[in-house]
Amino acid sequence: MTPTRSRFSAPALLLAALCLTTVHTAHAADTTPAAQLQHWSAQAGSPGNAARGQHFFNTKHGGEWSCASCHGTPPTAQGQHANTGKPIAPLAPAFNPKAFTDSAKVNKWFKRNCNDVLSRECSAAEKADVLAYLNSLK
Amino acid sequence: MQHPLNTRRHNARHSNARHLLTAILCWAALSAAHADGGRMLPRDMPAAYTAECAACHTAYPPAMLPARSWQRIMTGLDQHYGTDASLDAATVKQLGNWLQAHAGTYKRVAEEPPQDRITRSAWFERKHRQVEPAVWKLASVKSAANCAACHTGADQGRYDDDDLKFPAGLDARYRRAWND
Repeated sequence: MTPTRSRFSAPALLLAALCLTTVHTAHAADTTPAAQLQHWSAQAGSPGNAARGQHFFNTKHGGEWSCASCHGTPPTAQGQHANTGKPIAPLAPAFNPKAFTDSAKVNKWFKRNCNDVLSRECSAAEKADVLAYLNSLK
Repeated sequence: MQHPLNTRRHNARHSNARHLLTAILCWAALSAAHADGGRMLPRDMPAAYTAECAACHTAYPPAMLPARSWQRIMTGLDQHYGTDASLDAATVKQLGNWLQAHAGTYKRVAEEPPQDRITRSAWFERKHRQVEPAVWKLASVKSAANCAACHTGADQGRYDDDDLKFPAGLDARYRRAWND
């Protein structure tokens, strides 16, 4: 079979490449929910556990809120900010294709929200458990 | 009889005065519209403002708070009205500068409200004085910070009375305030 000439002109391809670059910058899709689970499990030294994650997610840890206070339980539908009422996109990856696809965003929100719920950062094991729970929701 | 040149000069002066008057009227109208209508979000709003601030609450128009209030808010993001809203230093700087550049200067906004809360500003309280306490507590409202519960254009910076809706679950007896 002879190689066919590209149907796309060079400028069009360049434009497409530029658009892709822009999109890439806006939503740095540099990770996946499965990769996140693997990452935190490796950091913790043991695999995330969905049942433990579910319990962690729904429990208050001495403060006013649990994860579920804003994300709902199970977090498969739109949540609502406990203070402001602002809608929050579903957290479970099967219900939100953008969830856990940007590692900077994942780290930022873990830091903020763990602080709000536990008054400290979450451990790698806790993050692995929560990821295992969220990834199990279908 | 007046010299034609003088008349022209007189007309020019008259016209200048008219232009000045028009400018003043426009400025007054714009200032008045500032709090009541029009698009209040500046065109150069950084994407980070939507991504970081509007993830949790309405993208509040910078002009709704004075510069000093924004400055305090941006230096205390780790304890932001009961939540940790901390950001990386570069984003804090970018958003802080933008908020300073567009902060409210209109006399009603120049006053720093208690706790730097927009909803504690005198103008805010006056504008919402007919909204009963029970309305703020509706599940669809939750908080006075939830502008979009009634102001359908809030996320685009539109707070015109024309863009108002009744929040879900509003009892008929409270609807009077919306027709004000």
